[in-house]
Amino acid sequence: MKLVVMHLTGNYAVAWAVKLSRVKVVSAYPITPQTTIVEKISEFIESGMMDAKIVRVESEHSALATVFGAASSGVRAFTATSSHGLMYMYEMVWWSAGARVPIVMAIVTRTIGAPWNIWSDHSDFMSQRDTGWLMIFAEHNQEVLDSVIQLFRITEDPRVYLPGMIALDAFILSHTTEPVDVPDQSLVDSFLPSRRQPYTFKSGDPITMGNLPSNPRDNMKMRWDVHESLVAAKKVIMEVDREWGELTGRSYGGLIECYRCSDAKYFIIGVGAWVGDMREAVDMLRSEGYEVGLIKLRFVRPFPAEELAEVVRGGKGAIVFDRSVSAGSAGPLYLDTVAHLGALNVGVPVKNVIAGIAGVDVTYNDIAGVVRSFIEEIESKGVVSNYVEWYFG
Amino acid sequence: MIQKDLVEIRFHGRGGQGAVTAANILVAAAWKSGLWGQAFPFFGAERRGAPVVAFARLSRRRVRLHSMIRHPDVVVILDPKLPKLVNVLEGLKSGGKVVINSASKSGLGKGEYRVYCVDATKIALDLGLVLAGWPLANTSMLGALAKVLNLPIADVKEAIVEYMGKKKGEVNARAAERAYVEVSECE
Repeated sequence: MKLVVMHLTGNYAVAWAVKLSRVKVVSAYPITPQTTIVEKISEFIESGMMDAKIVRVESEHSALATVFGAASSGVRAFTATSSHGLMYMYEMVWWSAGARVPIVMAIVTRTIGAPWNIWSDHSDFMSQRDTGWLMIFAEHNQEVLDSVIQLFRITEDPRVYLPGMIALDAFILSHTTEPVDVPDQSLVDSFLPSRRQPYTFKSGDPITMGNLPSNPRDNMKMRWDVHESLVAAKKVIMEVDREWGELTGRSYGGLIECYRCSDAKYFIIGVGAWVGDMREAVDMLRSEGYEVGLIKLRFVRPFPAEELAEVVRGGKGAIVFDRSVSAGSAGPLYLDTVAHLGALNVGVPVKNVIAGIAGVDVTYNDIAGVVRSFIEEIESKGVVSNYVEWYFG
Repeated sequence: MIQKDLVEIRFHGRGGQGAVTAANILVAAAWKSGLWGQAFPFFGAERRGAPVVAFARLSRRRVRLHSMIRHPDVVVILDPKLPKLVNVLEGLKSGGKVVINSASKSGLGKGEYRVYCVDATKIALDLGLVLAGWPLANTSMLGALAKVLNLPIADVKEAIVEYMGKKKGEVNARAAERAYVEVSECE
């Protein structure tokens, strides 16, 4: 096993992973903070380091349509976007999942206007959670690179056959340089089999796909099958992460990762780059005697409901940090968490903290402070008074 | 060599002066000395000439934090006029260090910090490191910072050449080395 450490931004880690995955077609429309992913891929292609085609388009809608077309014809295809670009792409996001075409897309999470703002929150990514795509969120640049490669393997598994999106926080990862082990091409080749997909468009062999079904029940069955395949993907995700771990020494727990959970009574739940700060907060609170652990949700779809319940069951409370909000209700991670924990009879108080919206900086001190008050309230009163709290810092 | 578990550094420059590049090269150089590093810019409405900041963290362990640096241990000032425009000392830890591109006095006054001066502009001009009329002080400041952080200058020079390529890299590495030698504590 040959590993080479490079200093890469999150965006360059994506580009390297796309290159190592032998992607053949890339199409994208520039948007901050995604742009340097596709710039780097263009450089790889121009310098002969990567054998692929870039297709220039006039919009994100066309970018995903192009990638969908290329992938339908049998090649590995990739695109990346952020924020308003993803909003513009939305129709094709649904279509790609419904048509069961494996594609990988990177979302460099950026808040959505108005007002204009380029910083990170998770509104763009989280707003895609009903589409039928696999959704994974990376904590650091090494996990970005590893997850892109894993995602190609997962999306092209015959038990899954769905597109997948990987999120990384704007600037906090996308433009932050960290040491990254870049695996050897032969290692990635041995991990990623050649392209598999449920059907292929070929010239001279016409088929039709996506036409009006004669019976809406068939349509409903297709949607049911998307759901069933996402649930079935859990097993694939675990297998793939384990195998990647055997090859590289790096695995991420598959669906969720627990930090200092084994004897914890209270659990912090979150996704994205601030999970790193949550680890520091856990260490800080532990040193003060609080029995707290961290559950990092790696996948948002499929939602790791049973996996989460298994950890939280028997605990005294959980606190979910959302970097986006379903306005008029609560944070999307919280909503999924309380629905599934409740249905699975995990009867612990669960609090939601909405923070870091529009790029507001949140440090481990902020996180520790909020968690400390939460634990104190449960210990003294047994309930949470303000179960959806907006934290402005 | 750095003794502390985590050292947080803030670079003040102007858009186009290479503060982000300096942070990136620092992290690559630190890796050669066995340190894990992270470099990141602060993105706003930056444009050429406007005050900008960039950050770096160095540690013996993997850095898990991804939040902003609010209380740096070290502040590096690439342009001597910046202290008149922005509060370069904001959040600086008590007992922290300031490295400034200045010929003699920093003009920062006395406080719970130590100040180090180096005439990085002169070094850049002497070595012909000028772009569009601007002396490029970033690699000299990196050399001075290496001295203050107790990082081996050989690692910094190597990282500069790797980042910039042989031709540009070698002259920038010379600038770093000269600043490493010339930097001294000042008022």
